[in-house]
Amino acid sequence: MANIISDETMEYVGILAKLELSEEEKKQAESDMGRMLDYIDKLNELDTTGVEPMSHVFPVNNVFREDVVVNGDDRENILKNAPGVKEGAFKVPKTVE
Amino acid sequence: MSLMSLTAVELGKKIKAKEVTVKEAVQAAIAQIEASEDELNCYVTVDKEGALKRAEEVQKLIDDGTLTSPLAGVPVAIKDNMCTKDLLTTCSSKILGNFVPTYTAQAVINLEEAGAVILGKTNMDEFAMGSTTETSAYGETKNPWNTNHVPGGSSGGSCAAVAAEECSYALGSDTGGSIRQPSSFCGVTGIKPTYGTVSRYGLIAYGSSLDQIGPVAKDVTDCATILEAIAGYDSKDSTSVKREDYDFTSALVDDVKGLKIGVPKAYFGDGLDKEVKDAVLAAAKVLEEKGAIVEEFDLGLVDYAIPAYYVIAAAEASSNLSRFDGVKYGYRTKDYEGLHNMYKKSRSEGFGPEVKRRIMLGSFVLSSGYYDAYYLKALRTKALIKKEFDKAFEKYDVILGPAAPTTAPKLGDSLSDPIKMYLGDIYTISVNLAGLPGISVPCGVDSKGLPIGLQLIGDCFKEKNIIRAAYAYEQTRTYEGPGKNK
Repeated sequence: MANIISDETMEYVGILAKLELSEEEKKQAESDMGRMLDYIDKLNELDTTGVEPMSHVFPVNNVFREDVVVNGDDRENILKNAPGVKEGAFKVPKTVE
Repeated sequence: MSLMSLTAVELGKKIKAKEVTVKEAVQAAIAQIEASEDELNCYVTVDKEGALKRAEEVQKLIDDGTLTSPLAGVPVAIKDNMCTKDLLTTCSSKILGNFVPTYTAQAVINLEEAGAVILGKTNMDEFAMGSTTETSAYGETKNPWNTNHVPGGSSGGSCAAVAAEECSYALGSDTGGSIRQPSSFCGVTGIKPTYGTVSRYGLIAYGSSLDQIGPVAKDVTDCATILEAIAGYDSKDSTSVKREDYDFTSALVDDVKGLKIGVPKAYFGDGLDKEVKDAVLAAAKVLEEKGAIVEEFDLGLVDYAIPAYYVIAAAEASSNLSRFDGVKYGYRTKDYEGLHNMYKKSRSEGFGPEVKRRIMLGSFVLSSGYYDAYYLKALRTKALIKKEFDKAFEKYDVILGPAAPTTAPKLGDSLSDPIKMYLGDIYTISVNLAGLPGISVPCGVDSKGLPIGLQLIGDCFKEKNIIRAAYAYEQTRTYEGPGKNK
Protein backbone atom coordinates (compact mmCIF):
# COMPACT_ATOMS: atom_id res chain seq x y z
CA MET A 1 0.00 0.00 0.00
CA ALA A 2 1.49 3.28 -1.14
CA ASN A 3 -0.66 5.55 1.02
CA ILE A 4 -0.14 5.04 4.73
CA ILE A 5 -2.63 6.97 6.82
CA SER A 6 -1.08 7.75 10.19
CA ASP A 7 -2.96 7.94 13.49
CA GLU A 8 -2.33 11.70 13.47
CA THR A 9 -3.88 12.12 10.03
CA MET A 10 -6.91 10.08 11.06
CA GLU A 11 -7.21 12.15 14.22
CA TYR A 12 -7.17 15.33 12.09
CA VAL A 13 -9.73 13.95 9.62
CA GLY A 14 -11.92 13.03 12.60
CA ILE A 15 -11.84 16.66 13.74
CA LEU A 16 -12.74 17.94 10.26
CA ALA A 17 -15.47 15.35 9.78
CA LYS A 18 -16.80 15.76 13.33
CA LEU A 19 -16.69 12.02 13.85
CA GLU A 20 -15.45 10.13 16.88
CA LEU A 21 -14.22 6.67 16.04
CA SER A 22 -13.41 3.80 18.34
CA GLU A 23 -9.85 2.44 18.18
CA GLU A 24 -11.06 -0.47 16.10
CA GLU A 25 -13.01 1.77 13.70
CA LYS A 26 -9.96 4.03 13.41
CA LYS A 27 -7.69 1.18 12.31
CA GLN A 28 -10.25 0.05 9.77
CA ALA A 29 -10.71 3.61 8.51
CA GLU A 30 -6.96 4.08 8.11
CA SER A 31 -6.65 0.97 6.01
CA ASP A 32 -9.81 1.74 3.98
CA MET A 33 -8.70 5.27 3.24
CA GLY A 34 -5.20 4.14 2.30
CA ARG A 35 -6.64 1.68 -0.20
CA MET A 36 -9.04 4.25 -1.61
CA LEU A 37 -6.23 6.78 -2.05
CA ASP A 38 -4.05 4.16 -3.77
CA TYR A 39 -6.90 3.66 -6.19
CA ILE A 40 -7.53 7.39 -6.60
CA ASP A 41 -3.83 7.95 -7.33
CA LYS A 42 -4.61 6.47 -10.74
CA LEU A 43 -5.67 10.02 -11.65
CA ASN A 44 -1.99 11.01 -11.53
CA GLU A 45 -1.46 9.08 -14.76
CA LEU A 46 -3.41 11.84 -16.50
CA ASP A 47 -1.74 15.04 -17.57
CA THR A 48 -4.20 17.75 -16.56
CA THR A 49 -1.84 20.70 -17.02
CA GLY A 50 -3.80 23.72 -18.20
CA VAL A 51 -7.19 22.02 -17.68
CA GLU A 52 -9.66 24.18 -15.73
CA PRO A 53 -11.30 22.33 -12.82
CA MET A 54 -14.94 21.74 -13.80
CA SER A 55 -17.26 22.09 -10.83
CA HIS A 56 -20.39 22.24 -13.00
CA VAL A 57 -21.13 20.77 -16.42
CA PHE A 58 -23.24 23.77 -17.40
CA PRO A 59 -22.05 27.35 -17.12
CA VAL A 60 -24.21 28.21 -14.12
CA ASN A 61 -23.60 31.49 -12.38
CA ASN A 62 -24.97 32.85 -9.16
CA VAL A 63 -28.73 32.78 -9.28
CA PHE A 64 -30.15 35.90 -7.69
CA ARG A 65 -33.70 36.74 -6.72
CA GLU A 66 -35.41 39.58 -4.92
CA ASP A 67 -35.12 39.26 -1.16
CA VAL A 68 -38.80 38.59 -0.58
CA VAL A 69 -40.16 36.12 1.94
CA VAL A 70 -42.29 33.53 0.17
CA ASN A 71 -42.66 30.86 2.83
CA GLY A 72 -44.82 31.16 5.91
CA ASP A 73 -43.84 30.85 9.56
CA ASP A 74 -43.63 27.16 10.31
CA ARG A 75 -41.71 27.42 13.56
CA GLU A 76 -43.91 25.08 15.55
CA ASN A 77 -43.68 22.22 13.07
CA ILE A 78 -39.98 22.75 12.45
CA LEU A 79 -39.25 22.60 16.16
CA LYS A 80 -41.15 19.31 16.44
CA ASN A 81 -38.15 17.68 14.76
CA ALA A 82 -35.60 19.16 17.13
CA PRO A 83 -34.05 16.92 19.82
CA GLY A 84 -34.04 19.83 22.27
CA VAL A 85 -36.33 22.88 22.38
CA LYS A 86 -36.56 25.81 24.76
CA GLU A 87 -38.77 28.88 24.45
CA GLY A 88 -39.41 28.43 20.75
CA ALA A 89 -35.73 27.90 19.90
CA PHE A 90 -33.29 25.01 19.39
CA LYS A 91 -31.72 24.00 22.67
CA VAL A 92 -28.00 23.17 22.60
CA PRO A 93 -25.41 22.47 25.30
CA LYS A 94 -23.59 25.43 26.82
CA THR A 95 -21.28 26.87 24.16
CA VAL A 96 -19.42 29.61 26.07
CA GLU A 97 -17.80 29.05 29.44
CA MET B 1 -55.12 -9.97 -14.50
CA SER B 2 -54.18 -7.98 -11.41
CA LEU B 3 -54.33 -4.20 -11.55
CA MET B 4 -50.73 -4.21 -10.38
CA SER B 5 -49.44 -5.98 -13.45
CA LEU B 6 -50.59 -3.05 -15.57
CA THR B 7 -48.16 -0.28 -16.43
CA ALA B 8 -48.81 3.09 -14.79
CA VAL B 9 -50.16 4.56 -18.02
CA GLU B 10 -52.46 1.55 -18.60
CA LEU B 11 -53.81 1.83 -15.07
CA GLY B 12 -54.25 5.59 -15.50
CA LYS B 13 -56.35 4.97 -18.63
CA LYS B 14 -58.59 2.53 -16.82
CA ILE B 15 -59.08 5.02 -14.00
CA LYS B 16 -59.89 7.77 -16.47
CA ALA B 17 -62.37 5.48 -18.28
CA LYS B 18 -64.04 4.72 -14.89
CA GLU B 19 -63.30 1.00 -15.27
CA VAL B 20 -61.30 1.17 -12.05
CA THR B 21 -61.61 3.53 -9.09
CA VAL B 22 -58.56 5.12 -7.50
CA LYS B 23 -59.44 3.35 -4.27
CA GLU B 24 -59.42 -0.03 -6.03
CA ALA B 25 -56.00 0.75 -7.49
CA VAL B 26 -54.60 1.78 -4.13
CA GLN B 27 -56.14 -1.25 -2.42
CA ALA B 28 -54.58 -3.53 -5.02
CA ALA B 29 -51.18 -1.99 -4.34
CA ILE B 30 -51.61 -2.33 -0.58
CA ALA B 31 -52.69 -5.95 -0.97
CA GLN B 32 -49.53 -6.69 -2.95
CA ILE B 33 -47.40 -4.86 -0.37
CA GLU B 34 -48.99 -6.92 2.39
CA ALA B 35 -48.39 -10.13 0.42
CA SER B 36 -44.69 -9.71 -0.35
CA GLU B 37 -43.26 -7.00 1.88
CA ASP B 38 -42.26 -9.33 4.72
CA GLU B 39 -40.03 -11.17 2.33
CA LEU B 40 -38.67 -8.24 0.27
CA ASN B 41 -38.56 -5.14 2.54
CA CYS B 42 -38.91 -2.64 -0.33
CA TYR B 43 -40.38 0.06 1.92
CA VAL B 44 -39.17 1.87 5.02
CA THR B 45 -42.63 3.39 5.54
CA VAL B 46 -46.00 2.34 4.13
CA ASP B 47 -48.68 5.02 4.52
CA LYS B 48 -51.80 2.91 4.09
CA GLU B 49 -54.20 5.34 5.75
CA GLY B 50 -52.78 8.38 3.98
CA ALA B 51 -52.96 6.64 0.61
CA LEU B 52 -56.58 5.56 1.05
CA LYS B 53 -57.60 9.05 2.17
CA ARG B 54 -55.77 10.63 -0.73
CA ALA B 55 -57.41 8.13 -3.13
CA GLU B 56 -60.83 9.59 -2.29
CA GLU B 57 -59.64 13.16 -2.82
CA VAL B 58 -58.03 12.30 -6.15
CA GLN B 59 -61.14 10.42 -7.30
CA LYS B 60 -63.24 13.54 -6.70
CA LEU B 61 -60.81 15.68 -8.69
CA ILE B 62 -60.85 13.19 -11.56
CA ASP B 63 -64.64 12.99 -11.49
CA ASP B 64 -65.07 16.76 -11.60
CA GLY B 65 -62.59 17.06 -14.46
CA THR B 66 -59.86 18.90 -12.52
CA LEU B 67 -57.30 16.10 -12.89
CA THR B 68 -56.67 14.91 -16.43
CA SER B 69 -53.03 13.73 -16.28
CA PRO B 70 -52.28 10.18 -17.53
CA LEU B 71 -50.97 9.44 -14.02
CA ALA B 72 -54.02 10.67 -12.12
CA GLY B 73 -54.96 8.18 -9.42
CA VAL B 74 -52.02 5.87 -10.06
CA PRO B 75 -50.22 4.71 -6.87
CA VAL B 76 -46.52 5.57 -6.60
CA ALA B 77 -43.63 4.78 -4.23
CA ILE B 78 -41.09 7.49 -3.38
CA LYS B 79 -37.44 6.88 -2.49
CA ASP B 80 -36.90 7.77 1.14
CA ASN B 81 -34.44 10.58 0.40
CA MET B 82 -37.17 12.86 -0.92
CA CYS B 83 -38.91 14.98 1.67
CA THR B 84 -42.62 14.36 2.07
CA LYS B 85 -44.60 16.70 4.33
CA ASP B 86 -45.93 14.96 7.43
CA LEU B 87 -44.52 11.59 6.29
CA LEU B 88 -41.41 10.10 7.87
CA THR B 89 -38.32 10.59 5.68
CA THR B 90 -35.30 8.64 6.93
CA CYS B 91 -32.81 8.43 4.06
CA SER B 92 -32.51 4.88 5.43
CA SER B 93 -30.33 6.30 8.21
CA LYS B 94 -30.60 6.07 11.96
CA ILE B 95 -29.69 9.77 12.15
CA LEU B 96 -33.02 10.68 10.47
CA GLY B 97 -34.99 7.90 12.16
CA ASN B 98 -37.64 10.31 13.46
CA PHE B 99 -37.51 13.06 10.83
CA VAL B 100 -40.91 14.30 9.64
CA PRO B 101 -40.38 17.01 6.98
CA THR B 102 -42.41 20.21 7.03
CA TYR B 103 -42.37 20.44 3.24
CA THR B 104 -42.44 18.22 0.17
CA ALA B 105 -39.77 17.85 -2.52
CA GLN B 106 -40.68 19.72 -5.72
CA ALA B 107 -40.53 16.57 -7.88
CA VAL B 108 -43.05 14.92 -5.56
CA ILE B 109 -45.27 18.03 -5.56
CA ASN B 110 -45.24 17.89 -9.36
CA LEU B 111 -46.42 14.27 -9.19
CA GLU B 112 -49.12 15.12 -6.67
CA GLU B 113 -50.35 17.88 -8.96
CA ALA B 114 -50.66 15.21 -11.64
CA GLY B 115 -52.85 13.23 -9.24
CA ALA B 116 -50.42 10.63 -7.94
CA VAL B 117 -51.23 8.75 -4.76
CA ILE B 118 -48.18 8.13 -2.56
CA LEU B 119 -48.08 4.64 -1.03
CA GLY B 120 -44.97 5.12 1.04
CA LYS B 121 -41.22 5.60 1.11
CA THR B 122 -38.82 3.07 -0.33
CA ASN B 123 -35.68 1.61 1.15
CA MET B 124 -32.25 2.64 -0.11
CA ASP B 125 -28.60 2.59 0.75
CA GLU B 126 -28.06 4.97 3.66
CA PHE B 127 -27.92 8.51 2.19
CA ALA B 128 -27.81 6.82 -1.24
CA MET B 129 -24.24 5.65 -0.56
CA GLY B 130 -23.96 2.12 -1.83
CA SER B 131 -24.79 -0.16 -4.74
CA THR B 132 -26.81 -2.88 -3.01
CA THR B 133 -29.35 -1.33 -0.57
CA GLU B 134 -27.51 -3.30 2.13
CA THR B 135 -26.20 -0.18 3.89
CA SER B 136 -29.75 0.78 4.93
CA ALA B 137 -30.24 1.13 8.68
CA TYR B 138 -33.64 -0.55 8.22
CA GLY B 139 -32.54 -3.88 6.80
CA GLU B 140 -31.65 -4.92 3.29
CA THR B 141 -34.13 -5.11 0.43
CA LYS B 142 -34.20 -8.42 -1.44
CA ASN B 143 -34.31 -8.88 -5.18
CA PRO B 144 -37.80 -10.05 -6.20
CA TRP B 145 -36.26 -12.25 -8.92
CA ASN B 146 -34.25 -14.21 -6.38
CA THR B 147 -34.35 -13.27 -2.70
CA ASN B 148 -30.78 -14.49 -2.14
CA HIS B 149 -29.60 -11.60 -4.30
CA VAL B 150 -29.45 -7.84 -3.81
CA PRO B 151 -31.77 -5.52 -5.76
CA GLY B 152 -28.85 -3.17 -6.47
CA GLY B 153 -28.71 0.35 -5.19
CA SER B 154 -29.00 2.85 -4.05
CA SER B 155 -32.62 3.04 -5.32
CA GLY B 156 -33.00 -0.69 -4.60
CA GLY B 157 -36.29 -0.34 -2.74
CA SER B 158 -37.90 1.65 -5.58
CA CYS B 159 -36.75 -0.78 -8.28
CA ALA B 160 -37.65 -3.91 -6.28
CA ALA B 161 -41.07 -2.41 -5.46
CA VAL B 162 -41.78 -1.84 -9.17
CA ALA B 163 -40.59 -5.36 -10.10
CA ALA B 164 -42.62 -6.95 -7.27
CA GLU B 165 -45.68 -4.87 -8.25
CA GLU B 166 -45.83 -3.27 -4.81
CA CYS B 167 -46.46 0.02 -6.64
CA SER B 168 -47.30 1.03 -10.22
CA TYR B 169 -44.13 3.10 -10.55
CA ALA B 170 -41.58 4.80 -8.33
CA LEU B 171 -39.20 7.72 -8.07
CA GLY B 172 -35.52 7.08 -7.52
CA SER B 173 -32.42 9.25 -7.48
CA ASP B 174 -29.16 8.72 -9.34
CA THR B 175 -25.78 10.12 -8.25
CA GLY B 176 -23.50 7.50 -9.83
CA GLY B 177 -25.93 4.95 -11.27
CA SER B 178 -28.42 4.59 -8.44
CA ILE B 179 -31.45 4.42 -10.76
CA ARG B 180 -29.92 2.60 -13.73
CA GLN B 181 -28.00 -0.16 -11.90
CA PRO B 182 -30.87 -1.36 -9.65
CA SER B 183 -33.26 -1.06 -12.62
CA SER B 184 -30.92 -3.42 -14.44
CA PHE B 185 -30.73 -5.82 -11.47
CA CYS B 186 -34.53 -5.85 -10.99
CA GLY B 187 -35.53 -6.05 -14.67
CA VAL B 188 -37.31 -2.69 -14.78
CA THR B 189 -36.78 0.56 -16.70
CA GLY B 190 -35.25 3.68 -15.16
CA ILE B 191 -34.11 7.06 -16.44
CA LYS B 192 -31.49 9.40 -15.04
CA PRO B 193 -32.33 12.73 -16.72
CA THR B 194 -29.90 15.44 -17.80
CA TYR B 195 -28.56 17.28 -14.75
CA GLY B 196 -30.82 20.20 -13.87
CA THR B 197 -33.95 18.74 -15.51
CA VAL B 198 -35.76 17.67 -12.32
CA SER B 199 -35.65 19.97 -9.29
CA ARG B 200 -33.47 18.78 -6.42
CA TYR B 201 -35.44 20.92 -3.95
CA GLY B 202 -36.33 18.60 -1.08
CA LEU B 203 -34.01 15.81 -2.21
CA ILE B 204 -31.68 15.15 0.71
CA ALA B 205 -28.32 15.97 -0.85
CA TYR B 206 -25.49 13.48 -1.33
CA GLY B 207 -23.34 14.78 -4.20
CA SER B 208 -25.19 17.91 -5.30
CA SER B 209 -23.39 18.37 -8.63
CA LEU B 210 -24.30 14.77 -9.58
CA ASP B 211 -27.70 14.05 -7.96
CA GLN B 212 -30.78 13.79 -10.19
CA ILE B 213 -34.25 12.42 -9.48
CA GLY B 214 -35.76 10.13 -12.10
CA PRO B 215 -38.53 7.62 -12.83
CA VAL B 216 -38.52 3.83 -12.36
CA ALA B 217 -41.29 1.85 -14.07
CA LYS B 218 -42.22 -1.24 -16.05
CA ASP B 219 -41.63 0.30 -19.46
CA VAL B 220 -40.28 3.21 -21.48
CA THR B 221 -43.72 4.77 -22.04
CA ASP B 222 -44.26 5.02 -18.29
CA CYS B 223 -40.80 6.48 -17.73
CA ALA B 224 -41.24 9.17 -20.41
CA THR B 225 -44.69 10.04 -19.04
CA ILE B 226 -43.46 10.26 -15.44
CA LEU B 227 -40.41 12.31 -16.46
CA GLU B 228 -42.70 14.75 -18.23
CA ALA B 229 -44.68 15.11 -15.00
CA ILE B 230 -41.73 15.67 -12.65
CA ALA B 231 -39.41 17.77 -14.85
CA GLY B 232 -39.48 21.54 -14.87
CA TYR B 233 -37.57 24.66 -13.99
CA ASP B 234 -37.61 25.45 -10.26
CA SER B 235 -36.24 28.68 -8.84
CA LYS B 236 -35.77 26.91 -5.49
CA ASP B 237 -32.99 24.78 -7.00
CA SER B 238 -30.18 27.08 -8.09
CA THR B 239 -28.84 24.45 -10.52
CA SER B 240 -32.22 23.93 -12.17
CA VAL B 241 -31.94 24.49 -15.92
CA LYS B 242 -34.54 26.29 -18.04
CA ARG B 243 -34.82 23.76 -20.86
CA GLU B 244 -36.32 24.62 -24.22
CA ASP B 245 -38.11 21.33 -24.24
CA TYR B 246 -39.88 19.31 -21.55
CA ASP B 247 -41.66 17.02 -23.95
CA PHE B 248 -40.46 13.43 -23.71
CA THR B 249 -43.48 11.36 -24.76
CA SER B 250 -43.37 12.51 -28.38
CA ALA B 251 -40.16 10.43 -28.67
CA LEU B 252 -42.17 7.23 -28.08
CA VAL B 253 -41.97 6.17 -31.71
CA ASP B 254 -40.97 2.79 -33.07
CA ASP B 255 -38.44 4.13 -35.53
CA VAL B 256 -34.66 4.22 -35.24
CA LYS B 257 -33.87 4.51 -38.94
CA GLY B 258 -30.71 6.54 -39.33
CA LEU B 259 -30.14 6.90 -35.59
CA LYS B 260 -26.38 6.79 -34.98
CA ILE B 261 -25.43 4.51 -32.11
CA GLY B 262 -21.86 4.30 -30.82
CA VAL B 263 -20.69 1.25 -28.87
CA PRO B 264 -17.61 2.08 -26.76
CA LYS B 265 -15.05 -0.73 -26.97
CA ALA B 266 -13.90 0.01 -23.43
CA TYR B 267 -17.36 -0.93 -22.11
CA PHE B 268 -16.90 -4.51 -23.29
CA GLY B 269 -13.48 -5.34 -21.87
CA ASP B 270 -12.25 -7.15 -18.76
CA GLY B 271 -14.61 -7.47 -15.87
CA LEU B 272 -17.76 -7.70 -18.00
CA ASP B 273 -19.74 -10.89 -17.50
CA LYS B 274 -20.01 -12.94 -20.70
CA GLU B 275 -23.79 -13.35 -20.52
CA VAL B 276 -24.30 -9.62 -19.93
CA LYS B 277 -22.01 -8.85 -22.86
CA ASP B 278 -23.86 -11.20 -25.20
CA ALA B 279 -27.28 -9.85 -24.22
CA VAL B 280 -26.23 -6.22 -24.67
CA LEU B 281 -24.57 -6.86 -28.03
CA ALA B 282 -27.65 -8.78 -29.14
CA ALA B 283 -29.73 -5.71 -28.27
CA ALA B 284 -27.38 -3.56 -30.37
CA LYS B 285 -27.96 -5.97 -33.23
CA VAL B 286 -31.73 -5.63 -32.86
CA LEU B 287 -31.46 -1.86 -33.15
CA GLU B 288 -29.21 -2.24 -36.18
CA GLU B 289 -31.74 -4.53 -37.83
CA LYS B 290 -34.38 -1.88 -37.20
CA GLY B 291 -32.34 0.61 -39.20
CA ALA B 292 -30.01 2.26 -36.69
CA ILE B 293 -26.38 2.78 -37.68
CA VAL B 294 -24.37 0.94 -35.05
CA GLU B 295 -20.60 1.12 -34.83
CA GLU B 296 -17.84 0.57 -32.31
CA PHE B 297 -15.66 3.48 -31.25
CA ASP B 298 -12.99 4.41 -28.74
CA LEU B 299 -14.31 6.31 -25.74
CA GLY B 300 -11.35 7.56 -23.75
CA LEU B 301 -10.75 7.85 -20.00
CA VAL B 302 -13.32 5.22 -18.96
CA ASP B 303 -11.01 3.95 -16.21
CA TYR B 304 -10.64 7.38 -14.66
CA ALA B 305 -14.31 8.01 -14.02
CA ILE B 306 -14.58 5.97 -10.81
CA PRO B 307 -11.62 7.50 -8.97
CA ALA B 308 -12.70 11.01 -10.04
CA TYR B 309 -16.28 10.30 -8.97
CA TYR B 310 -15.37 9.03 -5.51
CA VAL B 311 -13.28 12.12 -4.79
CA ILE B 312 -16.00 14.53 -5.97
CA ALA B 313 -18.95 12.65 -4.45
CA ALA B 314 -17.17 12.14 -1.12
CA ALA B 315 -16.11 15.80 -1.00
CA GLU B 316 -19.64 17.01 -1.63
CA ALA B 317 -21.05 14.45 0.81
CA SER B 318 -18.73 15.57 3.61
CA SER B 319 -20.00 19.10 3.14
CA ASN B 320 -23.67 18.22 2.63
CA LEU B 321 -23.83 15.87 5.61
CA SER B 322 -22.34 18.41 8.00
CA ARG B 323 -25.91 19.60 8.56
CA PHE B 324 -26.63 16.47 10.60
CA ASP B 325 -25.46 17.68 13.97
CA GLY B 326 -28.15 16.65 16.44
CA VAL B 327 -29.51 20.19 16.80
CA LYS B 328 -32.27 20.95 14.29
CA TYR B 329 -33.58 17.48 13.53
CA GLY B 330 -32.70 13.84 13.77
CA TYR B 331 -30.79 11.79 16.30
CA ARG B 332 -29.00 13.25 19.32
CA THR B 333 -26.74 11.14 21.52
CA LYS B 334 -27.86 10.58 25.10
CA ASP B 335 -24.65 11.40 27.01
CA TYR B 336 -22.24 14.15 26.05
CA GLU B 337 -19.95 16.80 27.43
CA GLY B 338 -20.35 20.12 25.69
CA LEU B 339 -21.38 21.11 22.20
CA HIS B 340 -18.58 19.60 20.11
CA ASN B 341 -18.71 16.29 21.89
CA MET B 342 -22.48 16.26 21.29
CA TYR B 343 -21.96 16.83 17.55
CA LYS B 344 -19.30 14.14 17.30
CA LYS B 345 -21.12 11.51 19.29
CA SER B 346 -24.50 12.15 17.61
CA ARG B 347 -22.92 11.81 14.17
CA SER B 348 -20.77 8.79 15.06
CA GLU B 349 -23.73 6.92 16.52
CA GLY B 350 -26.19 8.10 13.86
CA PHE B 351 -24.25 7.34 10.65
CA GLY B 352 -23.44 3.85 9.38
CA PRO B 353 -19.95 2.65 8.29
CA GLU B 354 -20.21 3.43 4.54
CA VAL B 355 -21.45 6.98 5.21
CA LYS B 356 -18.63 7.57 7.70
CA ARG B 357 -16.11 6.19 5.21
CA ARG B 358 -17.23 8.67 2.55
CA ILE B 359 -17.45 11.65 4.93
CA MET B 360 -13.90 10.96 6.08
CA LEU B 361 -12.56 10.55 2.57
CA GLY B 362 -14.33 13.75 1.57
CA SER B 363 -12.97 15.68 4.56
CA PHE B 364 -9.48 14.44 3.70
CA VAL B 365 -9.52 15.36 -0.01
CA LEU B 366 -10.83 18.84 0.85
CA SER B 367 -8.30 19.47 3.62
CA SER B 368 -5.51 21.97 3.09
CA GLY B 369 -2.48 20.27 1.61
CA TYR B 370 -4.58 17.70 -0.28
CA TYR B 371 -7.21 19.90 -1.93
CA ASP B 372 -5.19 20.54 -5.10
CA ALA B 373 -3.77 17.03 -5.39
CA TYR B 374 -7.10 15.25 -4.99
CA TYR B 375 -10.14 17.50 -5.28
CA LEU B 376 -8.98 19.85 -8.04
CA LYS B 377 -7.32 16.94 -9.84
CA ALA B 378 -10.68 15.13 -9.87
CA LEU B 379 -12.47 18.23 -11.18
CA ARG B 380 -9.86 18.55 -13.96
CA THR B 381 -10.37 14.89 -14.81
CA LYS B 382 -14.12 15.51 -14.92
CA ALA B 383 -13.52 18.26 -17.50
CA LEU B 384 -11.53 15.81 -19.65
CA ILE B 385 -14.21 13.12 -19.34
CA LYS B 386 -16.88 15.63 -20.38
CA LYS B 387 -14.76 16.48 -23.44
CA GLU B 388 -14.54 12.79 -24.40
CA PHE B 389 -18.34 12.58 -24.38
CA ASP B 390 -18.66 15.84 -26.32
CA LYS B 391 -16.41 14.31 -28.98
CA ALA B 392 -18.46 11.10 -29.04
CA PHE B 393 -21.75 12.99 -29.40
CA GLU B 394 -20.42 14.88 -32.40
CA LYS B 395 -20.59 11.51 -34.17
CA TYR B 396 -23.35 9.61 -32.39
CA ASP B 397 -26.91 10.23 -31.14
CA VAL B 398 -26.77 7.47 -28.56
CA ILE B 399 -24.03 5.55 -26.74
CA LEU B 400 -24.94 1.93 -26.02
CA GLY B 401 -23.49 -0.36 -23.36
CA PRO B 402 -24.33 -2.44 -20.30
CA ALA B 403 -25.80 -0.78 -17.19
CA ALA B 404 -23.62 -2.94 -14.93
CA PRO B 405 -20.81 -5.47 -15.49
CA THR B 406 -22.76 -8.33 -13.89
CA THR B 407 -26.27 -9.28 -12.86
CA ALA B 408 -27.27 -8.85 -9.20
CA PRO B 409 -24.68 -10.21 -6.74
CA LYS B 410 -25.65 -12.35 -3.77
CA LEU B 411 -26.58 -10.66 -0.51
CA GLY B 412 -23.51 -10.12 1.65
CA ASP B 413 -20.96 -10.47 -1.16
CA SER B 414 -20.34 -6.78 -1.87
CA LEU B 415 -19.79 -4.81 1.32
CA SER B 416 -16.62 -6.56 2.44
CA ASP B 417 -14.62 -5.03 -0.41
CA PRO B 418 -15.63 -1.40 -1.06
CA ILE B 419 -13.39 -0.91 -4.09
CA LYS B 420 -14.80 -3.97 -5.77
CA MET B 421 -18.30 -2.62 -5.11
CA TYR B 422 -17.32 0.79 -6.52
CA LEU B 423 -16.02 -0.89 -9.71
CA GLY B 424 -19.54 -2.14 -10.37
CA ASP B 425 -20.46 1.48 -11.19
CA ILE B 426 -18.01 1.73 -14.08
CA TYR B 427 -20.60 2.11 -16.87
CA THR B 428 -22.95 4.47 -15.05
CA ILE B 429 -20.72 6.89 -13.15
CA SER B 430 -19.25 8.91 -16.02
CA VAL B 431 -22.81 9.80 -17.12
CA ASN B 432 -23.28 11.69 -13.84
CA LEU B 433 -19.88 13.37 -14.09
CA ALA B 434 -20.79 14.65 -17.56
CA GLY B 435 -24.40 15.54 -16.60
CA LEU B 436 -25.82 13.31 -19.35
CA PRO B 437 -29.16 11.46 -19.50
CA GLY B 438 -29.12 7.66 -19.36
CA ILE B 439 -31.73 4.91 -19.40
CA SER B 440 -31.58 1.25 -18.40
CA VAL B 441 -33.99 -1.14 -20.14
CA PRO B 442 -34.25 -4.91 -19.62
CA CYS B 443 -32.53 -6.89 -22.41
CA GLY B 444 -32.57 -10.46 -21.18
CA VAL B 445 -32.09 -12.86 -18.30
CA ASP B 446 -28.91 -14.78 -17.47
CA SER B 447 -28.58 -18.51 -16.75
CA LYS B 448 -29.19 -17.83 -13.04
CA GLY B 449 -32.56 -16.32 -13.94
CA LEU B 450 -31.47 -12.75 -13.13
CA PRO B 451 -32.28 -9.80 -15.41
CA ILE B 452 -29.74 -7.91 -17.54
CA GLY B 453 -29.98 -4.19 -18.31
CA LEU B 454 -29.11 -2.32 -21.49
CA GLN B 455 -27.91 1.23 -20.94
CA LEU B 456 -28.45 3.97 -23.53
CA ILE B 457 -26.72 7.29 -22.97
CA GLY B 458 -27.60 10.55 -24.70
CA ASP B 459 -26.08 13.98 -25.02
CA CYS B 460 -27.24 16.67 -22.58
CA PHE B 461 -30.91 17.57 -23.17
CA LYS B 462 -31.24 14.79 -25.76
CA GLU B 463 -33.44 12.45 -23.70
CA LYS B 464 -35.56 12.02 -26.80
CA ASN B 465 -32.81 10.07 -28.57
CA ILE B 466 -32.46 7.51 -25.79
CA ILE B 467 -36.22 7.27 -25.22
CA ARG B 468 -36.74 6.64 -28.92
CA ALA B 469 -34.03 3.97 -29.08
CA ALA B 470 -35.21 2.32 -25.86
CA TYR B 471 -38.83 2.36 -27.00
CA ALA B 472 -38.00 0.88 -30.41
CA TYR B 473 -35.94 -1.84 -28.74
CA GLU B 474 -38.68 -2.55 -26.21
CA GLN B 475 -41.21 -3.18 -29.01
CA THR B 476 -39.25 -6.34 -29.88
CA ARG B 477 -39.76 -7.80 -26.40
CA THR B 478 -42.50 -8.49 -23.89
CA TYR B 479 -42.19 -7.35 -20.29
CA GLU B 480 -40.99 -10.11 -18.02
CA GLY B 481 -41.66 -9.71 -14.33
CA PRO B 482 -39.94 -11.81 -11.68
CA GLY B 483 -43.10 -13.88 -11.17
CA LYS B 484 -42.52 -15.91 -14.29
CA ASN B 485 -39.19 -17.11 -12.94
CA LYS B 486 -40.31 -17.97 -9.45
